[in-house]
Amino acid sequence: MVEFRHKTPLIDQLETGPWTSFVSDIKREHESRMENPKGIDYQFNQDCCDDLLGVLELSYDHGRTHWKHGGIVGVFGYGGGVIGRYCDQPEMFPGVAHFHTMRVNQPMGHFYSTKYLEQLMDLWERRGSGLTNMHGATGDIIFLGTSTPQLEEVFYELTHNINQDLGGSGSNLRTPSDCMGQSMCEFACFDTQEICYQLTMEYQDELHRPAFPYKFKFKFDGCPNCCVASIARSDISFIGTWRDDIRIDQEAVKAYVGGELKSNAGAHASRDWGPFDIQKEVIGLCPTQCMSWDGSKLEINTPECTRCMHCINVMPRALRIGLDTGCSLLLGAKSPILDGAQMATLVVPFIKVEPPYDEIKETVIEPIWDWWMEEGKNRERLGELIKRQGMQKVLEVTGFKAIPQMIQEPRSNPYVFWKEDEVPGGFKRDINEFRKYHQR
Amino acid sequence: MDEEAAKKLIVETLEKKKGKSKFYLKDFYKMLPDEKPRTVKNLVNKMVGEETLEYWSSGSTTLIGLKGVGKQAGSEDED
Repeated sequence: MVEFRHKTPLIDQLETGPWTSFVSDIKREHESRMENPKGIDYQFNQDCCDDLLGVLELSYDHGRTHWKHGGIVGVFGYGGGVIGRYCDQPEMFPGVAHFHTMRVNQPMGHFYSTKYLEQLMDLWERRGSGLTNMHGATGDIIFLGTSTPQLEEVFYELTHNINQDLGGSGSNLRTPSDCMGQSMCEFACFDTQEICYQLTMEYQDELHRPAFPYKFKFKFDGCPNCCVASIARSDISFIGTWRDDIRIDQEAVKAYVGGELKSNAGAHASRDWGPFDIQKEVIGLCPTQCMSWDGSKLEINTPECTRCMHCINVMPRALRIGLDTGCSLLLGAKSPILDGAQMATLVVPFIKVEPPYDEIKETVIEPIWDWWMEEGKNRERLGELIKRQGMQKVLEVTGFKAIPQMIQEPRSNPYVFWKEDEVPGGFKRDINEFRKYHQR
Repeated sequence: MDEEAAKKLIVETLEKKKGKSKFYLKDFYKMLPDEKPRTVKNLVNKMVGEETLEYWSSGSTTLIGLKGVGKQAGSEDED
């Protein structure tokens, strides 16, 4: 029976709920490190998990954290990927006095083999705490807790033995993140994994060395279902879309209506919702009312369709994305730091996504970076700069034309203004000529 | 400005600063106002590689200072 040095009555309560508990996970790892059945030659404190539980219990007791934030630690040549963490009660919890985080660049679409996972865990159990976060909010594989001397060792083994790089942190380009895309999903409008990989390789300098006023994120969603939530949390959000008609298999539509095919691919089958009602569940829920069903034929008025994906999600066997596919680019999503949370704004309604992605790099990414590097304040995300200097400035920088989709609602936020030289005759008028037709 | 002169100017400017020991990348742009931000960024990162400067990261933001200067250097040393 493995003993725990610290009594943890408060955090033990986290084990009593219906879900798996991280407290139980940490306890299991502590037991494993103490019993050491694999005979691992631990290079980091063997009792770190016990002290980690202890410091968490103390934080619950005091109602405040006992972690110090940040540090100078890193690996040579890199300005990201390692985040210094220090405990402010090192005498009470020596096992976690130094407990640095490492971010490991996740494989695209989170595809990995069991061999790769075993290699990662063998390394991290030996040279770190053995605790991971798969995957952090960033998408990375997060290694939680090691000492400064182990950082270079972990980095060497990662890069030389596992062919794996660190991810981004600090004022860098963050590890680009994507959905599984065309590898497994029929809704994907572009190869998310390919562009995610290629941009990761192209922008290695920005990923590993601080280049910006603050963090910068690319995220790639293959379709508007937005499984990666790029629209809510990335500075440049790539969302798959198409320009032509949704492909309709009228026979399959009838099969859904007749109950032969299960709506939503049977996803809500745990409860009896009654017979499928196409009018109520599809036509009536279309946000632009661009669909009609006359009992035998489904029609979609494509110019009115906003690619919301609802009809395709409900009847995936009957409706498919179009064939002329690409992506929309949206800028400026962020969580609250300087300003409140904001969703991304559409800037490019459609662009083809084709290797080597020069159009995307040269007309969007690099002009936006140049502008933000020059004008962005310290710790100001792209979305805040757009809010401060205006959407018109984004259009100036990128050279894109203003379009109605950039306006949230007609007349409520008309932040795209004409300039005098764009208006025939300019803004000046002859007041005497005007008064001939309009009384004061 | 040639690279060596720019490096010297950065070091001298940082040595003169009182109170603060870590700076945002944008503070380095102000030291070399005639250079493009990208050029300054590359120079600063090169100086970190040469171990004249060092990064300090909170995890979300990165600051840069002269190597070994400031409170963090002492308190973070493991020896």
